[in-house]
Amino acid sequence: MKIIVCLKQVPDTNEVKIDQKTGTLIRDGVPSIINPDDRNALEEALKIKDENDAEVVVLSMGPPQAKEALKEALAMGADEAILVSAREFGGSDTWATATILASAIEKIGGFDLVICGRQAIDGDTAQVGPEIAEFLDIPQVTYAKDLKLLKDKLQVRRFTEYGDYLIESELPALITAIKELNTPRYPTIENIMRTYTKEVENSIKVWGLEDLDVDLTQIGLKGSPTNVYKSFVPVKSNNSSIIEGADAKEKAGTMTRILSELNLI
Amino acid sequence: MNLNFSETEKMIQKVAREFAENEVKDLAELIDRDSIFPEDTFNKMVKCGFTGIGIPTEYGGSGGTDIEKVIVVSEIAKKCAATAAILSIHGIFGQAILKFGTDEQKSKYLPLVANGGKKGAFALTEANAGSDAGAVKTRAVLDGDNYILNGTKCFITGGGQADYVMVFASTDTSKGIRGLSAFVVEKGTPGFSIGKIEDKMGIRASETVELIFDNCVIPKENLVGVEGKGFKMAMISLDGARIGVAAQAFGIAEGALEEAVKYMKERVQFGSPIASFQGLQWYIAEMATKTETAKWMTYRAASLRASGENHTKEAAIAKLNASETARFVTNLALQIHGGYGYMKDYPLERMVRDAKITEIYEGTSEIHKVVISRAVLG
Repeated sequence: MKIIVCLKQVPDTNEVKIDQKTGTLIRDGVPSIINPDDRNALEEALKIKDENDAEVVVLSMGPPQAKEALKEALAMGADEAILVSAREFGGSDTWATATILASAIEKIGGFDLVICGRQAIDGDTAQVGPEIAEFLDIPQVTYAKDLKLLKDKLQVRRFTEYGDYLIESELPALITAIKELNTPRYPTIENIMRTYTKEVENSIKVWGLEDLDVDLTQIGLKGSPTNVYKSFVPVKSNNSSIIEGADAKEKAGTMTRILSELNLI
Repeated sequence: MNLNFSETEKMIQKVAREFAENEVKDLAELIDRDSIFPEDTFNKMVKCGFTGIGIPTEYGGSGGTDIEKVIVVSEIAKKCAATAAILSIHGIFGQAILKFGTDEQKSKYLPLVANGGKKGAFALTEANAGSDAGAVKTRAVLDGDNYILNGTKCFITGGGQADYVMVFASTDTSKGIRGLSAFVVEKGTPGFSIGKIEDKMGIRASETVELIFDNCVIPKENLVGVEGKGFKMAMISLDGARIGVAAQAFGIAEGALEEAVKYMKERVQFGSPIASFQGLQWYIAEMATKTETAKWMTYRAASLRASGENHTKEAAIAKLNASETARFVTNLALQIHGGYGYMKDYPLERMVRDAKITEIYEGTSEIHKVVISRAVLG
């Protein structure tokens, strides 16, 4: 079977600081990492590969340096890596990104399963995975915390705050992974040494605008239906007060008076 | 001359650092306190291929050289010196088989100890043969198709856990060091048992034991190399082992320096963080200078060994310097922590205890001065 894993290179937000004047992220000198949830997505694909005859293709959209994240994915055990990269793709929101990635997935073709991370730590939208599934017109199960491959279908435990759903789906399908799904493996020393060579670096396919069948009005900054109006750090203000009193009865009396004055009781 | 890490080496460092942070750090205190061998961590190191570094892939190893080994051992030593020691010393057995073993021994043992999860140990020291390794009393007598081993080894790292031990014994007592030979003894061989388990000051999770051979019969084919070459093989193995100790030592120093820097920025006295006091800033400058120097000297020795050049002098200098640095840096890092440094709530007192062994094992500092002065004076 063929599994496609979408992953994003993100700044390590543990290391990121905010420019207090502009409200934007200071990205200079911040190390880039594979988005944590995407690591879980990749691990799940690799686990399937450990036990089945499966091929794992990793796909990323981003600037040329996103190859670093793909190389790491190859060192973890992925078989093939594709970077989708073009100036025209810059500034894409989730709709535009999903449009481009869905087109790339169609071009790869022959897939049985697409696994994405739940959300990226630099955006927290959790939209790209579900949108890709919509564009590809395949079933999707989000927030997967457990996944079993049955004969020709998939059984997924979907996490929600109200309880888990056990969902079965036909293949091909798209899953979004949460961190409870698994523990990502470390790349082995042997794999690192095999992967970090010029040959492997050159084997990473780079697809530009001309390689994909996408509607130019649907991609990039101009094709994005959403725009960031403003980003800012919320000001934390302390509006609480502590009710003092000699004993519980007195404190309760004071609190009743305050609530009554506010017309809350 | 190139003193920069390659992309591959940077990635190995990143993975080893993440491994140390996620799998090693939180266990360090517990396994030190209760002297617990970290079996799970060892198995995880096997899975990552750390145990197979320096063993070619055709023998089931990870490939790579001493450079990759130094990267991994030092990163782990930053968080737990005992775990780093276990990894580093385990590797000596495989290296000795790779260098001196027969083809049969290589095919049999290397895949098992490289990334197969089996453990190796190296048994040279005896009660009266420490720095004077030629005074080994353990005897091996050829009897038909077997050798009969009799004697007692002491202070053997990992001897209790090891599946295979390389044992040095005399096959001809009249010849002194030229009568020494090396043998592979497998766990469970009749006549081979574990004696005293030492209660140590530091690296307490790395078990140190006595090994007893009482009419222990081992097949002739377990002789490594040829009779009488044991001492030379031991010395060549120790050159590599010393690079491992240097890596542990500068790793411990790096770990202690990181702790000191973190604490100096957080700890406020006299109304400002203690990092703003020049007296302590100068400590940091001295610690950083010695640590960097120890690190790059170790990589110099590792790189000579990786390219197959003679490295006896450089390995000895790296080990002597890095171990003294580890003692110096851990002591100052503890001092910077004041009373807190003396308490077991902080890792400094453990680091001080762990650092001390690096000046003693795989040859004391004094023996290293003998090795270095001989190499320099000729």
